[in-house]
Formats: sequence, structure tokens, C-alpha cells
Amino acid sequence: MTTHQGDGPVLSIRDLAVALPAGADRRYAVEGVSFDVGPGEIVCVVGESGSGKSVTAFSVMGLLAKGELHAERGQILLEGEDVLKATPERLRDLRGTRMAMIFQEPATALNPVMTIGDQIDEVLQIHTKLSPAERREKVIAIMEAMHLPDPQALYDRYPHQLSGGQRQRVMIAAAMVLDPVILIADEPTTALDVTTQAQILQLIKEMQERRRTGVLFITHDFGVVAEIADKVVVMRYGKVVEQGPAAEIFANPKVAYTRMLIASVPSLEPPTRTAASGEVAVRTRDLVKGYGGKSWLGRATQPSVLAAKDVNLVVRRGETLGVVGESGSGKSTVARCIVRLVDPTSGAIEIAGVDIAGLSTRALTPYRRRVQMVFQDPYRSLNPRRTVGASVMEGPMNFGLPREEALARARRLMSLVGLSPDALDRYPHQFSGGQRQRIAIARALAMEPDVLIADEAVSALDVSVQKQVLELLDQVKREFDLALLFITHDLRVAAQICDRIAVMRRGEVVEEGPTRELFLDPKHEYTRTLLAAAPGRHLGPAVAAE
Amino acid sequence: MPLLVLQRLVSTIPVLLVVAVIVFLMLRISGDPAAILAGDTATSAQIEAVRQAFGFDRPIWEQFLGWIVQVLQGDLGESLFTGLPVTTLIAQRIEPTLMLALTTIVFSVLVAVPLGVLAAWRSGTWIDRAVMVFAVLGFSVPVFVLGYGFMYVFSIELRLLPVQGYTSPFVDPVAFAQGIILPTLTLSCIYIALIARITRASVLETLNEDYIRTARAKGQVERTVLFRHALRNAAVPIVTVIGLGVALLIGGVVVTESVFNIPGLGRLVVDAITRRDYPIIQGLILFFALIYVVLNLIIDLAYTLLDPRIRY
Repeated sequence: MTTHQGDGPVLSIRDLAVALPAGADRRYAVEGVSFDVGPGEIVCVVGESGSGKSVTAFSVMGLLAKGELHAERGQILLEGEDVLKATPERLRDLRGTRMAMIFQEPATALNPVMTIGDQIDEVLQIHTKLSPAERREKVIAIMEAMHLPDPQALYDRYPHQLSGGQRQRVMIAAAMVLDPVILIADEPTTALDVTTQAQILQLIKEMQERRRTGVLFITHDFGVVAEIADKVVVMRYGKVVEQGPAAEIFANPKVAYTRMLIASVPSLEPPTRTAASGEVAVRTRDLVKGYGGKSWLGRATQPSVLAAKDVNLVVRRGETLGVVGESGSGKSTVARCIVRLVDPTSGAIEIAGVDIAGLSTRALTPYRRRVQMVFQDPYRSLNPRRTVGASVMEGPMNFGLPREEALARARRLMSLVGLSPDALDRYPHQFSGGQRQRIAIARALAMEPDVLIADEAVSALDVSVQKQVLELLDQVKREFDLALLFITHDLRVAAQICDRIAVMRRGEVVEEGPTRELFLDPKHEYTRTLLAAAPGRHLGPAVAAE
Repeated sequence: MPLLVLQRLVSTIPVLLVVAVIVFLMLRISGDPAAILAGDTATSAQIEAVRQAFGFDRPIWEQFLGWIVQVLQGDLGESLFTGLPVTTLIAQRIEPTLMLALTTIVFSVLVAVPLGVLAAWRSGTWIDRAVMVFAVLGFSVPVFVLGYGFMYVFSIELRLLPVQGYTSPFVDPVAFAQGIILPTLTLSCIYIALIARITRASVLETLNEDYIRTARAKGQVERTVLFRHALRNAAVPIVTVIGLGVALLIGGVVVTESVFNIPGLGRLVVDAITRRDYPIIQGLILFFALIYVVLNLIIDLAYTLLDPRIRY
């Protein structure tokens, strides 16, 4: 396990071309890609979905989907050795020893039925001849180096018993245990909360400084790039459109696409807004939702976990209320209670002045129409086996609208959300993520609701698409005089779209107020922490959060 | 865990009670037991005598209560024909059935799980298709066709194995092995088909998971990726099917036992039904119900061992 000698690049990609299977929309997934990663250098490959950034990363590891993608041309030199020419055995030897990879979603990247320790130990079992005792010592040492608390105890835990940040630390520990010369990180912080993201980025930086590991960092988020990159490679449609030192790219982007990407990162500075004065569309009073607490005969007792406690929120028509918080803050629970997807434990939910918190399923029916929801993942929230038209028309027809009228309404809505009416006859998989989210919005609007709840509705979208969907949400809010409840973890997005913001933590609203006030003068400690953790704070007009 | 076991055992009681009521009533509804017992040529006086002798003249709830009290004392009654206690009969017949169930399930699992994993790993190729064709065949060819087919080839033509019969392994292990091969093969076909299919589907799903990619990124060899990472995560549905397979095997080997002339529980059931030997039928059905409940409990406990996220 020698570290890299000399000053040459640890990884050098030369004119890489990866062919797509016949019949794809373009011939190459990536083409003519060349860049270097030096020892102790963090190179960020930035691009939107379909840019080929992940394909590039997986090519290095030799993990491209077999039979679908294969590198057709070029070289990938790992310390001078072309991994594209390596035998499968040689590739396996290199993985985990000289090159290692971490992934976007640490919750699914770890094997749920193996203990944490075993999963790190596996790398040592594959590549070394150390004794079990030596291996354990090494595993504990690397866990300590990753600042995992109490490694001895954590060794025997399972992934589901850890927090998201701890899981990603475990992934990094397994990747770094044999001191590879290059760490490939594929969107490693995208699935994490902002405060956790900041800590993981810090850890990766530490790794690069202390161990001189080269880092190939794949991301779509220019905020993250601004935090950690030494060098930036911008990709679009499988090609490198621009590359250079990070400072230069931010100060003086040469290509329009790069400028657009940087500009479409929403600013943390909220615009001035006038307070909404419409009638109250939805109000929660002391809303509580508890989970757990079942005796062994199945009878409910005191709930053991409170996902939401004493939540008081008001949304007026024509107003956007942002509910901001990290995972587990209870923001989605509140949304689900208001739609009555889950039943609140106590408290009131008033829709148009009527408390619906305790209504029976039957009595609730007329109010169901008034509150509609758009979900985070447009790939899973639309039924893949039903046409878009069937999905959009189902709701109104359930409420007695004749088929022809439902169809006419669906056609109108399609044009409203910027899709052609013939989209109604197609299936969800024929649309992009952004288009699907437009369909989801049309589906919600078809019910002619008073209240629209967007639960992380733009989180899964590329920044350029995100911007368009946010504009659409704002537009329909004004057009239909909707009360918009906007659930998000993303402070930048919240800053741009919300009139007022409620910050939630551990089930409680810790601070609430007009967006601009809250950003410029946060009262609660936690709000300040959140603002400070937002990556790339100096992007766009800076706001003093420190 | 001990709480779960206790809870589940307690909840067994109502299940068994319902089974007992249904069995008891169904047998009484389907004909006059006294008339059948007395035989075709009996006079009405003889039938009446039988009725009184066996207590069939008492109110039905009284008969039921009497039976239940007996059962709770571990007494399932006596055969109407041989006079032997039902518990003794079950004890006599259970060994061949258990042995056959055991060899069948072990053989099936050993063959089917690797086949299923292989099919999933090479999904879409000729290997996958061959395994699936075999699975469909194993499923659709009736047991007696397979049984007589095997018997014809291996016993009558090749003269390698005995045609019929059963020898206890505790008496003569070699004869036991020779005798059990064909019934095991016959019964296994359907279970291999079933388990291979479910293994393939389940492993195929887990192969798309991120942690499989992680394992490969660590430099793990493909065999370990398949059997250590994929199979264990795919195990819950597979274990469910295996568990239900065992339960079905104990209660449902009637045809195989008849074809190969094995004196097991299946044969006992058939004989008892043709002779309307009530105590045996009632006792056996209750016994089978108990086995199902216990096996289900074992399956649930196996889940907690296989998947640390499952806790009751």
C-alpha cells in the first residue's frame, strides 16, 4: 500500500468515448472527454442529468452496466496504467486498493443485512492477508479517522441504525481503508441534509489534505462546487464544454452553459414581497402526530415518537408558506396530516373554516378535493401503467365530472403547464423528470383545489428545470389564487419562492416569519446554523448569515 | 423475541379452536356416523345400538365438549375400527412422512437456490430460459406421472432402485437411502420449480440494488457478490416459500405415498376418510393445523435472523 509517487496526475482520462446501445437518442454517452486529477486535488465534474458525468465516473471503476455501455475509444490512466485494457481480475485488484468510490444514497449503498464493521472489513478480506485481529484494528482505526462516534460499538450495528451522515462516513471509511490514490464521489452529499452535507464535504477535504488523495467529485450543484473544488470540469450532452481552475470558472465562465448553470443556483437573498391578505385557506392548531406506542396486544398507548408537536400554521389564498427543515424535522408529516394521508394524533386542521382532523373517511370526501399534493419523485408518483390522461382525469371523474368535461379540463391544463394536449395519450416513462412534475401539477390542479402542497416537488430536478417548475408553481398560484404550502430542505429555493417561512426541527416550528426578515435577521440558533451550512454561500448576492 | 414466541403461541389457541369446530361439524353434517359404522346390512336396532355405544345420541355440543376436553388432555380418541389411540397411530406413521419431507426439502433447496441465483445472474440468456422451462415443466407434470415414470426407468428397466416400500433409516440406512431416492425425486420436481422461480425473481430484484454496486466497487468477486450480498437480501421470500413447502409436504404427500406405497400420514388420512374413521380424521386435521401454525412461527423467527431491520 504505497502512496502515489511523484507529481504526475493519479488519474488521467484521455479522449474517452463510451458508446450507447443502438437506438439511443445519441451515439455516445460521453465523447472526447479528457481531464486529469492530480494527487491531493479535488476535481468537480458538474453537469445536469444526461451530461455523462456519472458514466465517466463509472468508466474509471469499470462498473458500467454490462452489455449496455462500453468504452469504445480513449484511455483511462490510473497512475499510468490503462484501466480500460485491464483484465476483470486486475480491475478487481485495483478497486478498493488504488481507486475507490462512494455513492449518492448511503442508505441504499450499504448492505442492510451486514454490520457496519463487516462491510468495511470486507475490503480488507478481499485485498489483504491480515489476521482477523489486525483487520479489526484497522477497521476501528479508519472509523475513528472518519470521526464516527464510538467505533467499537458501531462496528456491530446495522446501517438502518445509523444517521444518513454516519452512513456516508461508513462508505468513505470502506473506500479509504486501503488508502487509494483516487476517491470517486458520485453526488455523495445530494441525499444529505445541509448541515450533514457541510460536515461530509469537510471530511472529504480533510482526506485530500491529510492523505493526498485525488478526488473526482461528481455533482450537479454549483453551490457544492464552490465549497470544495480545486478544478472544475463542466459537462453537457456527453462532452466537456469547459474546464479550468475553480476560481477562474466562477470568476470568468467562458461558455454560456456554464454561466447559465451558475446563474440558476437560486440566490440566498430573498426578493422583497408584500404580505398576502387573502382569506385563510388552511390553518393547523396544535397539530400533533405521534408514532409507535402499541402494546403487545395491538392497542394504542402513549406514542413514543412525536413527528410533529403543537404545529400552528396558517396559509392564506395567494400566499406561499415555506416549511423548511432537515430530514426528520416533521415537515412532510405536517403535509401528510393536512391531506389526511395520515391521521393526526391530536389538534385541529381547518380547511375553509371546518376542522377536518377528526372527520370520518366519508365526511372527509368533499374536503379531499380542496387540498392537493405534488410529490418529490415524479418517477414514482405517477402510475407507470396508466396514461397521463387517465391519471389527470381520474380525480375529477371520481367527484362526478362527466368524462368529456374531464377530458376538456385535462387538455386545458396540459397547455397551462406547458405540455401539448396529446401528452394525455402517452405514458409517464415517455417524459423527462421536469415534464413529469408538470404532469403532477396538472393532476393536482384538475381537482380545482384551494390548497396546493408541494412536498420537495423540485428537489429531484436539475437546476435549470427546477427554475422552470418553480416559475410554473408561482404562476398557477397567482392564476388560481391558491394557498401554496411549499415543503423543502433547500433554503435557496425557499428564499426565492416563499412569502413566509416556518423552520421546523424535531417536529417543532422553531421560527416563523416573512422570508426576507427571516433570512436577513434569523432569530433562532437553528435557523442560523441552517443558513451557515448552505453550500456556496457567496454564490449570488451574499447574505450575512454569520 | 421470547415475548413474540409467547404471543404467537397464545394466538394459536383460537386458530386451533376454529379448526376443531369446523372439522367436527363438517364430519357430522356429511352423514350419520352410526349408520356407516354399523354397515350396509345393519337393522335400525343395530344402528341405534351403535349410536348409543359411541355416544352419537347425545346433543352435538355435548359430544364436541367431550372431545375438546379429551384433546386438551392430549388424547385424540381411538380409531373406530382398530381401537388404537389416534396419537399412537400418528406416532407410528409420522416417521416416513417426516423423513420424506426432510429429504425432499433439503434436496429441493440444494438444487433450486443455486439454479435460481444462476438464472437471475444470467437473466435473459439461454441459461435463464432453460431454468425457467424446467421450472414450468416441474410445475405442470402431475406427481403420479413423474412417480410412475421414474419407477419405470430406474426400478423396472435399469433395476437400480427398489420399486416401492419404506425402510426406517434407524433399521437399515442403506435400504432407507435406496427406497427414499425415487419418492424424493418425484416430490422435489414441483418444489424445485417453485423455489427456483421465487429465488430468481427475488435475487434479480436485489441485483439492481445499490449495495451490489458497492460490493463490486470494493473489488469483490462475482460469486461472493451473488451469494453473500444478493442472496441474503433476497432470502425473506425464499424462506417463506420453503417454510410453506415443508408444511404442505407434511400434510400433502398423499399421492406420492400411495404411488410408492409408503406408510406415512398421507396414507393414514386417505384410509381414514374412506372408512369414515372420525377420530383419526379430526385428530389428523388438528395435528396438521398445529404444524402449520408452528411452521409459520418458525418462518417469522427466521425473518428476524435474516434481516436485522425486521423486529416484532
